[in-house]
Amino acid sequence: MHYDVQLPLTEETAKQLRAGDSVTLSGPLYTARDAAHARLTALLHENKPLPFPIENASIYYVGPTPAKPGQVIGSAGPTTSSRMDVYTPALLDRGLRGMIGKGVRNGEVIAAMKRNGAVCFGAIGGAGALLSDCIKEAEVVAFEDLGAEAICRLELEKFPVVVVIDTLGNDLYQIGRAQYLQERDQE
Amino acid sequence: MRIIESTQITNAIARLCIEANCRLPEDVLSRVHACAAAEPRLAAKDILEKILQNDALAAERGVPICQDTGMACVFAELGEDVHINGSLRAAVDEGVRRGYAAGYLRKSVVGDPLRRANTGDNTPALLHVELMPGDKLTLTVAPKGFGSENMSKLKMLRPSDGVEGVINFVLSVVEEAGSNPCPPVVVGVGLGGNFEQCALLAKKALLRPLDEPHPDPYYRDLEKKLLEKINALGIGPQGFGGRTTALSVAIETLPTHIAGLPCAVNLNCHVARHMTEVL
Repeated sequence: MHYDVQLPLTEETAKQLRAGDSVTLSGPLYTARDAAHARLTALLHENKPLPFPIENASIYYVGPTPAKPGQVIGSAGPTTSSRMDVYTPALLDRGLRGMIGKGVRNGEVIAAMKRNGAVCFGAIGGAGALLSDCIKEAEVVAFEDLGAEAICRLELEKFPVVVVIDTLGNDLYQIGRAQYLQERDQE
Repeated sequence: MRIIESTQITNAIARLCIEANCRLPEDVLSRVHACAAAEPRLAAKDILEKILQNDALAAERGVPICQDTGMACVFAELGEDVHINGSLRAAVDEGVRRGYAAGYLRKSVVGDPLRRANTGDNTPALLHVELMPGDKLTLTVAPKGFGSENMSKLKMLRPSDGVEGVINFVLSVVEEAGSNPCPPVVVGVGLGGNFEQCALLAKKALLRPLDEPHPDPYYRDLEKKLLEKINALGIGPQGFGGRTTALSVAIETLPTHIAGLPCAVNLNCHVARHMTEVL
């Protein structure tokens, strides 16, 4: 199935999506990768507020290249999601609804996604130039000292992703591979 | 003796950093084209076509193909009859500093592995110098992202493990890497030498053009066999299932010890970047 989805992602919409669906995302989300996740987690431990509203928010695991003059943002493809696994369940339990990255997630993350009704999307890794065309605004909202790892608020327009893990825990990395192997062996 | 000014080196490295990050070598592009044409799974074919669109767009606009513009891995083949006016290390780092600033490339280097403060200019470069006969300096810049670097592995196999042990280890690395290194990947295999030389061999294997098999028929056949086995795994582009898990396999070898069979697997993503200039 294909869906055009408006961000912020609601629980209702999230629950309609299934692993393998192609989706275009439009609306606001936040960037965060390794160093930003470590700081968000430290804030949670100290019971301090996060620098953006986490309820129904989506996070894009990306560290873009600097924007050239005239560009909104530089190349901006996904980084490996699993490096964020250690930090992610706590964010999901506080309302994080969507994540964009690439690659598998561990069992704790998938359990927290099922518990909270969240979705993990995959964007094409290594297609940063193409994907940057679907980002219409970018502004730093926290941790500016982290450079490429700062948290930015992005405004997406028809940003192409695939549902890789859905709210039931279905995982495209297993399903897609099994499908291909089955099709191949039937030939 | 020939004199090369350090400023020539700095200028060349700066150019190479920008060029390598924005434009893929022709052999990589034509291999992705060929794999897209041969890919039976439609969703996988679609991803390969988007990758090609991205590569064309980056070259046309002069922007980075991927946001992970890597650590600057620099290979310098230095002629023994060359004298460098100034410091090679300083000249290379200055080239990286300028190239990464002027090219709007990402600064992805932390100065200390545990304390992790970003150096802010993508230095220092990873510099490998090899002395060669002659009076030329050949510089290759191979920016390498860490999505694929993180999935690379080295194992000290035993001589009794033999070629089957090598095949099983390479397959296990690709299998375990799965979707993380942005497949389709390029697989560099180092065989022999010792612990540290083996890893460097695997990296060097990634510099070989994809349409250039190993000159020794034994290893050419092993490369072919490994590629077939990898592409039978079904991981596919981005790990969503499909035939095209790897674009190519390149093996480099060195003599080794009677007690050992070191084997290193360095994975590269489909953005298999490298650019060379001879001074």
